Amino acid sequence: MKRRKLNIAVTGLNAIDSPGPGVSVIRALREAESFDVGIIGLSYESLEPGIYMHDIVDRTYSIPYPGAGIDMLLSRIEYIHEKEKLDVIIPNFDAELYPFIKLESKLKDMGIHMFLPTMHQFEERHKVNLNDFGKKYGISVPHSKVIYDLNTVHSLQSEFSFPMIVKGKFYDASIAYSIEQVKTYFNKISAKWGLPIIIQEFIHGAEFNVTGLGDGKGNTIAAVPMRKQYITDKGKAWGGISISDERMLDMTRKFLRNTKWRGGFELELMKNKDGELYLLEINPRLPAWIYLAVGVGQNIPEALVNLAIGEKVPPFSDYAVGKMFIRYAWDMIVDREEFEQISIYGEL
Amino acid sequence: MKLSKNAAISESGLLFNPVTGESYTVNPIGVEILNLLKDEKDLDQISKAILEKYSTDRVSFEKDYQDFIGMLQHYKLLERNETTKA
Repeated sequence: MKRRKLNIAVTGLNAIDSPGPGVSVIRALREAESFDVGIIGLSYESLEPGIYMHDIVDRTYSIPYPGAGIDMLLSRIEYIHEKEKLDVIIPNFDAELYPFIKLESKLKDMGIHMFLPTMHQFEERHKVNLNDFGKKYGISVPHSKVIYDLNTVHSLQSEFSFPMIVKGKFYDASIAYSIEQVKTYFNKISAKWGLPIIIQEFIHGAEFNVTGLGDGKGNTIAAVPMRKQYITDKGKAWGGISISDERMLDMTRKFLRNTKWRGGFELELMKNKDGELYLLEINPRLPAWIYLAVGVGQNIPEALVNLAIGEKVPPFSDYAVGKMFIRYAWDMIVDREEFEQISIYGEL
Repeated sequence: MKLSKNAAISESGLLFNPVTGESYTVNPIGVEILNLLKDEKDLDQISKAILEKYSTDRVSFEKDYQDFIGMLQHYKLLERNETTKA
């Protein structure tokens, strides 16, 4: 039987030391068993590698940064939709989720589907609100405090001991061992991502992540826990292994049941030496290591697309434990004309 | 004591804990002891099996065995078994 072909637009085609999830999401979509795909890349910068990976991305269009406003984004998507007849968009950056969530119903009217958290879910899980989130849902989180002003840094010593984590509102986190370092990271991170800055209690232990998919009704469609085995100086997993920790899966199911989370997500967890589990962060999107989930038997991007287009998706019941992902970097040789095409015309 | 039901030991000596994701390498005698622990053998049975195969005395073996057991406990790779003694 001929499978339905879906035109799916994907962002996050970058691959710096903190790689975007786009290329991994597309690999998963190309392996989908329930549909065929045409892949439209959506890029912010001309040097995002996914743009030039022609066996991964069929065509790419540049889109405006979230800061340009929702109207600019909508107008660009209307143009792309006219040419490509998009069925689904999968946004993969935290910073772009706000405009995409705002546009969800307008895009649906145009026939473009997404499967995103609600604005309430998106805001509630924000790291700025993590303390309240932990209390409300009975999930252990490290103590954290939101600061807007460099002058309040000195008062932190009464609430936190060193080291402490200094976090940006979207990305970046550094471990500070002195007030001077807190100030340095405050300036560095706020210059890049704006205010506020989040100060978080440092939990010693091993780092774990869980990726998965919630159906928006409290059900767990997919969940795969992973232990980070090789961690870059940005704290990103460059290698990891699937594990079978029932407590992590319980915490994940509790998170999905209580919040009725809709869409893909990544939980960042820390287990201390006493085996206590802390939720450090909830990323409201699929992670860059999502292909491991496919490798262990849960094609989460495929399931997400099926939910987006209104198909019934049964929950995954199993996955292979002990499978590893090991990431690598690959130098592509690219003709200058291609770079010119995307840089000048915004299309390739 | 017996090897945690979660622990998987390969023939080549890679010991993997699927709950924590940690892995360890052990030498061939370590593999033999782990497999005996997995079969819920007690100290006397393990000692007998090793002493029959290798030229060592019981005192030396038991000292090394207790060190090994201590390490497995440290890494939470053992479970208590009421019917056997370590």
